[in-house]
Amino acid sequence: MNVAQRKQTPRDWASNPPYIYPDYRSTALRGPRKPLIVIPETLSELSGPVFGHERLGPLDWDLTRNSAVAGGEAQGERIIVTGRVMDEDGRPVRNHLIEVWQANAAGRYRHKVDQHDAPLDPNFNGGGRVMTDDEGRYRYVSIKPGPYPWRNHHNAWRPSHIHLSIFGPTIASRLVTQMYFPGDPLFPFDPIFNSVPAEARERLISRFSLDITKPEWAIGFEFDIVLRGPKQTPMETA
Amino acid sequence: MPKQTPSQTVGPYFRIGLYSDNEVYPRLFTGELATPEVSGERIRIEGTVYDGAGDPIPDCMLEVWQADSEGRYRTREGSWNDGFTGFGRVGTDEVGQYAIDTIMPGRVPGPNGGLQAPHITMLVYMRGMLLHAFTRIYFEDHAAANAEDPILALVPEDRRATLLAQRRPGKGPVALYRFDLQMQGDDETVFFDV
Repeated sequence: MNVAQRKQTPRDWASNPPYIYPDYRSTALRGPRKPLIVIPETLSELSGPVFGHERLGPLDWDLTRNSAVAGGEAQGERIIVTGRVMDEDGRPVRNHLIEVWQANAAGRYRHKVDQHDAPLDPNFNGGGRVMTDDEGRYRYVSIKPGPYPWRNHHNAWRPSHIHLSIFGPTIASRLVTQMYFPGDPLFPFDPIFNSVPAEARERLISRFSLDITKPEWAIGFEFDIVLRGPKQTPMETA
Repeated sequence: MPKQTPSQTVGPYFRIGLYSDNEVYPRLFTGELATPEVSGERIRIEGTVYDGAGDPIPDCMLEVWQADSEGRYRTREGSWNDGFTGFGRVGTDEVGQYAIDTIMPGRVPGPNGGLQAPHITMLVYMRGMLLHAFTRIYFEDHAAANAEDPILALVPEDRRATLLAQRRPGKGPVALYRFDLQMQGDDETVFFDV
């Protein structure tokens, strides 16, 4: 297909990890191995679901309180995470849903599969969701997740991270990713982080912001998200 | 110009945020797409997701996106009041199985003016996948429409069967289909670069 006729930008393979990445062992049997079949975009790929704010709970944006027992609050370093969701032309992705989930401050997930010997926090479930506003901005409050061990290789630890799921304007712009924290000493050893081509990795690291940090209350981090989007003007190709 | 944010795996713990099992954080999305008010032929799609060793995958998440029975994608909020959004989400169980209860999608326009065969877009996520994959569910008993579908026509003939949900004898008025996913191997499900 003529690339110039596409109505939205393609997946940027130079920005994304491969399906098979041997250092992350479980990709070996799970990632597709046959070449993907390129298809022209149809209404099926150029459309996407729309959700309303009314479906969210009043505390879905605050992970320190949305699952706390009465009067309780999650343990850990309180953080504010905010940023903009935009397309590759910098235009805001308005009124779309972001879902987040994470480990607690001790590096433990509230999940039956997580057997890490670290305490669960009775006031922390670890899930949250927000909508972007008219400028594509979002904001949620949580605690900084701890690093945790996994069994990918000897002495394997995941850097602190928050999982994110983002709906964009089309089903093709859908993104699931992880946000990391600046200066994490575990970066060089983490195959999931390093599966991303080197020049794109820093896009997964949030920035500390004193402006977002709230005095006597919480540390602020900024994390912008860029999705595939509709093309503004068709490009000419030779 | 800003560049795309890279994808990362959904990991083993996606249920906490995306498909919660607990009451303090109710699910936004399920595998039941159509309430009784929604018009259309009731269908149920069941299947198992298998890895490259032939073992079922118990921690896979699947999302589906489809048109309504009239072939309309419901992309504008408030245009319909029957509760159907066309979007659903399920996690596989301990033995790698999933089920989706929905309606048969209508035909939607194709890239060159014709119509596509009824199909459901499916997104596949799991621990061990750094990037989700796109596939499509077609229905084997819609053979005439499938034969003229412009997307199926791009798939090598010997791989098309991986995209066809097979009709199974069902109970009651719901049409039952089987759609398994093979992540790898000779019968690897066709995945698309969309």
